[in-house]
Amino acid sequence: MTRIRFQQSLEDLKEQLLVMAGLAEQAIQRAIEAYRVRDLSICDLVSRSELAINRLERDIDQAALDLLAMEQPMASDLRFILSVIKINADLERVGDAAKSISDRVRAMEQMAAAELPVDIPKMAALAADMVRKCLQSFIEADATMARSVLAMDDAVDAMNRAAYKSLTKVMEEQSHLAPQALNALMISRNLERVADHATNIAEDVIFWVQGADVRHHKSVTGGRDPHAMGG
Amino acid sequence: MGVGIEVTNLNAWYGTNHTLQDINLNIPANHATALIGPSGCGKSTFVRCLNRMHETNPIARVTGTVVIGDLDIYKDCKPVEIRRRVGMVFQRPNPFPTMSIYDNVCAGLKLNGYTNRRALDEIVEKSLKNSALWDEVKDDLKKKSGASLSGGQQQRLCIARALAVDPEVILMDEPASALDPVSTSKIEDLIFQLKAQYTIVIVTHNMQQAARVAEKTGFFLNGRMVEFDSTHKIFTNPSDKRTEDYITGRFG
Amino acid sequence: MGGYPRSPRVDALRKTLLKLQEHNFRSRVRTVTDGAATGLAILSTVLVVAPLVAIFIYLIYKGASSLSWAFFTDIPKPVGEAGGGMANAIAGSAMLLGLGSLIGVPIGISGGIFLAEYGRGTKLANAVRFTADVLNGVPSIVMGIAVYSLIVVPQGHFSAFSGGVALGIMMVPTVCRTTEEMLLMVPNAVREAALALGVPNWRSVLAITVKTASPGIITGCMLAFARVAGETAPLIFTAFGNVGWSSRLDEPIAALPLQIYVYAISPYDEWHRLAWAGALVLIVLIVMAVSLVRYVTSRGVLKGAS
Repeated sequence: MTRIRFQQSLEDLKEQLLVMAGLAEQAIQRAIEAYRVRDLSICDLVSRSELAINRLERDIDQAALDLLAMEQPMASDLRFILSVIKINADLERVGDAAKSISDRVRAMEQMAAAELPVDIPKMAALAADMVRKCLQSFIEADATMARSVLAMDDAVDAMNRAAYKSLTKVMEEQSHLAPQALNALMISRNLERVADHATNIAEDVIFWVQGADVRHHKSVTGGRDPHAMGG
Repeated sequence: MGVGIEVTNLNAWYGTNHTLQDINLNIPANHATALIGPSGCGKSTFVRCLNRMHETNPIARVTGTVVIGDLDIYKDCKPVEIRRRVGMVFQRPNPFPTMSIYDNVCAGLKLNGYTNRRALDEIVEKSLKNSALWDEVKDDLKKKSGASLSGGQQQRLCIARALAVDPEVILMDEPASALDPVSTSKIEDLIFQLKAQYTIVIVTHNMQQAARVAEKTGFFLNGRMVEFDSTHKIFTNPSDKRTEDYITGRFG
Repeated sequence: MGGYPRSPRVDALRKTLLKLQEHNFRSRVRTVTDGAATGLAILSTVLVVAPLVAIFIYLIYKGASSLSWAFFTDIPKPVGEAGGGMANAIAGSAMLLGLGSLIGVPIGISGGIFLAEYGRGTKLANAVRFTADVLNGVPSIVMGIAVYSLIVVPQGHFSAFSGGVALGIMMVPTVCRTTEEMLLMVPNAVREAALALGVPNWRSVLAITVKTASPGIITGCMLAFARVAGETAPLIFTAFGNVGWSSRLDEPIAALPLQIYVYAISPYDEWHRLAWAGALVLIVLIVMAVSLVRYVTSRGVLKGAS
């Protein structure tokens, strides 16, 4: 086996990305937990981990650039490094989304509690599950698992669209609840974004493992463009 | 204009050594095709079967068919004839040491009996222009010997010499491996331009070079051709694991 | 060294000093050896060149005084008469050497081409090479006797032709072997370049390989020429010598070395003086001939003859 140092560098890069993935996944789960139990100390944890995630994004990009320049990677190695760079960006966005959600939770504390016709926990669970699965598919280089993540995106999009409809109705009909409704809408939007990033990560895994570019295709359940509504 | 090459069930031996086994492939006309593979895999032997140069070794033997254009080169003609239609450039530049630049370029014509002075002048100029050497040597054509040029210039001289006999195919056996990066780039640019008029087959150890100049790439291993596909596919997502292992440097 | 405390630092220092001393010693030995080798090389060169220079000087001393215009224009005078020259011998040698080259060079070069380009590794080539080596070792007198039996006896008379043949045969091995060596030194890449252009093999051999090796081949010819130019023994029974002019192939002809020999073993002082002069002239002529060929061919090659 030749190019041992290069293989090691690839392993190190993967390790670094997994650390960042762990932080991002944890951030989302904490943000959802903060929403569920309305605990502001958890929000602080989320804010801090976002800084670590940003730093890792820079480090990983640098390492990937070095490998591209110095080692002339080919075929699967090249696809791997390219995927790492893209997944890197998506993970950073997931971290950002987690922070936004935790900011919304903080804002909610200032407002009166309200019953809203939207199932945030369910959406959150789905989004968190998608993140977990896409990262698992990266760890195991499993394209089939990655494809299953693509399928899950439709459900989250549908829930986001429904939330938009019902929450705008609430804002029109019960204007004293507008702040809470708006807050909830923004949380829903962030969760939808998390699901999109998980989908991107899954697509990148498929590109790495199979060399197939499956981006921007119509969803498996057919029909509408997932990016059309919900901002 | 270039012509395509069709190779069917080509087998080659050097004595008892079965150097090439059941090679089948179609090299497209007016394209550059790269052949890559580890040392001793048979790619040089293969290329030398295309202009019957391997026959210069007395213990060499070949079975199978090679059709260049419309000519079955092992049945329809003599080695000398096919070598006038299929030119070759070697790894180490080999200009004729006793001849001037001018004589080197038109050596293939003169040694085959061509003597029209004016026509030779034109052919020499055209060949040197096509090999991007004209500007550098046009004042010293008959004064300087071929061996007095730099390595990169010598190789372009050899290319001009091959072009002068107006072949349809040009075979290049690691043409830039003995040259510095600047000369290598010049040769690669040259191959790019020559593609329009000739069919080019280039053997190379340097995968990046194959990726830079060739539309199609063939991977040879242990005398067999493992994979033959578009260069893009071979270098981003090859079908065969052995190809993948070779180009990612896992072996070889 | 006793009595001092053995601290590790001192030990290390001692070791380093010893190493340095050893290193210095070894490098001095190397310098001396180098100087000795250079000295030996210079000495060898002197030993080789000295006899040549000595001979030359001695010949000039002994023979220069006998040189005159007459030497180069007159034929030998009968015994007792003063004067006379070796003009016919010089001309005769020229003719014999010309004939010998005409026979020996083409055969030798063709043999060399066969050995290097066509027969490499074959049994026939090995036989040819062996024969050439044996021929090289045949004593020149034996060569003379052989040609005598083969040509002079059937023809019934001595002749310039037979002398030329004898010299020619003697040239063949040298020319053949040097041609082969020089051709083998032509890199294979050059041959391949010619073949890849669709040049037929024979044409490639002649126009490219032989041409590339030509400086060396010509050197080989000159070596052979210089060697036979001074041969006397083979001419004794073939050309035989002639006191007068001769330009016919079927008549005996004078040759410079032969004439020198005849004069040298004679009892006449006058003839001895002429012999010394002849020897000097012979060497000078050989050197001139060789230099002329060098000059002409070197100019031709550099021009990159079209």
